[in-house]
Amino acid sequence: MTQIPIVDYLVLEPEPHLRAHECTACGARFFGRRNACASCGSASFADAAVATEGEVTSFTIVAFAAPGIEVPFVAAIVDCDGTTVQANLVNTTADADHVHLGMKVRLATYSMGDDVNGVEGIGFGFEPVGNGSTAP
Amino acid sequence: MSDDIFILGINMTKFGKHPDKDSVDLGSEAALAALADGGVTIHDMGVIAAGNLLGGPGGFGQMLQKQIGQTGIPVYNVQNACATGATALRTVIMAIKAGECDMGLAVGVEMLSGAGLLAGGSRKEDDGTWQPHGRVGAIAGTDGRIGTVTMPGTFAQIGMQYLHEHTYGGAPAELFARISQKNHAHSTLNPLATYTKEMTLEHIMGDFMVAYPNTRPMCSANCDGAAAAVLVSGEKLKTLSAEQQRRAVKVAASILTSDPWTEGCQVLPDVNTLTRAAATQAYEQAGVGPEDLDLVELHDCFATAELVHYDNLMLCEPGGAVDFFESGAPFRDGAKPVNVSGGLQSKGHPVSATGIANVWEICHHLRGEAGPRQIEGARIGLAHVIGLGSACGVHILQSSGA
Repeated sequence: MTQIPIVDYLVLEPEPHLRAHECTACGARFFGRRNACASCGSASFADAAVATEGEVTSFTIVAFAAPGIEVPFVAAIVDCDGTTVQANLVNTTADADHVHLGMKVRLATYSMGDDVNGVEGIGFGFEPVGNGSTAP
Repeated sequence: MSDDIFILGINMTKFGKHPDKDSVDLGSEAALAALADGGVTIHDMGVIAAGNLLGGPGGFGQMLQKQIGQTGIPVYNVQNACATGATALRTVIMAIKAGECDMGLAVGVEMLSGAGLLAGGSRKEDDGTWQPHGRVGAIAGTDGRIGTVTMPGTFAQIGMQYLHEHTYGGAPAELFARISQKNHAHSTLNPLATYTKEMTLEHIMGDFMVAYPNTRPMCSANCDGAAAAVLVSGEKLKTLSAEQQRRAVKVAASILTSDPWTEGCQVLPDVNTLTRAAATQAYEQAGVGPEDLDLVELHDCFATAELVHYDNLMLCEPGGAVDFFESGAPFRDGAKPVNVSGGLQSKGHPVSATGIANVWEICHHLRGEAGPRQIEGARIGLAHVIGLGSACGVHILQSSGA
């Protein structure tokens, strides 16, 4: 079965992980097509695998969004061993009793369904590790 | 002294719904009133900077001229997100500083009533196949699948991030709701505000949830409004009447910054670094410190934003924003009144007008003309705006006698 990731920085094989463009001059990491480094101006980049486990450093629970977007969902900022990543929190209840600052999470992928050619779209989010409970 | 720049006249319209007017009407109203306030006419102006984001393509400044005076002077149409008004102001200041003219007009106007969410538009319909698009090769809309790009959600994360960095142990939803409660209480004294109702904590926390912890009253109020200012060189001001000189407000600092690269800033916008940089430069340029400020109008586009800017503008010790708020300092009867106009949450946020409207609020107090909401004896004030993307404007204003 053929799969395609939701974004080009989600790598599915051999194990799902996020891939950043890392500036070879200053080490700044970016997602998405680059023209040059926003930190130092260099135009040389190498692929860097981003840690698949991290800590939630911020979140919001979006209850009102553009038409067609399912709500509520948890949008979070995750510190993956020094690289900042944005993602939804998945496999948890979207309320302030189940999500908290500092919770430990790990990358998780899910199926977005097949297209007309049978290609399966793969999305990603971060899910709690264990009970995720490291709250203050 | 003769190198200084002064605000000679300034005005803001009533913020709220203006269904019978268009952007040009509102902009004209503010511009003509600012000229009258300064005791001058359009014929005295050497430059116009006009800000408007949502009025469609075309030169808004020239459309304004068609109504208030086509005098042939240069017009700069500026856009800088929510810092558009401050950018218009700064453009005129730069023109006067450069010696190209001795007087100029800055105008900002927006019609936003009923605009709803800004950013985070609808997803495109899938055409039946997964096809990568754009700079991250996305096969579907990412808003809602990979975090949020809406303003309420983005700024909610910015406020929550601050609490995480400073290991806040309390209840975030209530803390931010109380900040909002303060601004709604302040606006009861501002007849030009969109909302002028006091709101209970229960009402604010129980209202429609937009993006936790921001409920609807904790989000800036979409409204229609305009503001305009006439700026003059110190040299020119000397030739004007004693009354004009007395009411003139000195622009002690005018700073605009953009966001320098910091780790993670392209994932969650870093509104802190550029604000702190703008404040640092502004205090240095004005020769004053945060302790000298009698009042502050800062960019509380959401309750979660106000908190971080206490720190960014150095109104408190680093990391001390929560304690600063809990001390009562930013209330109108506190040591450092913040957003006595009601702020963006209650006064309203007609985007391009905001960066001049907050300067108007400060000027109103420095001139002793703020009526029931006057901060007694105010001599120095700071106005701050931030537009995501990002742009930060900080202006420090000083009464002429200060």
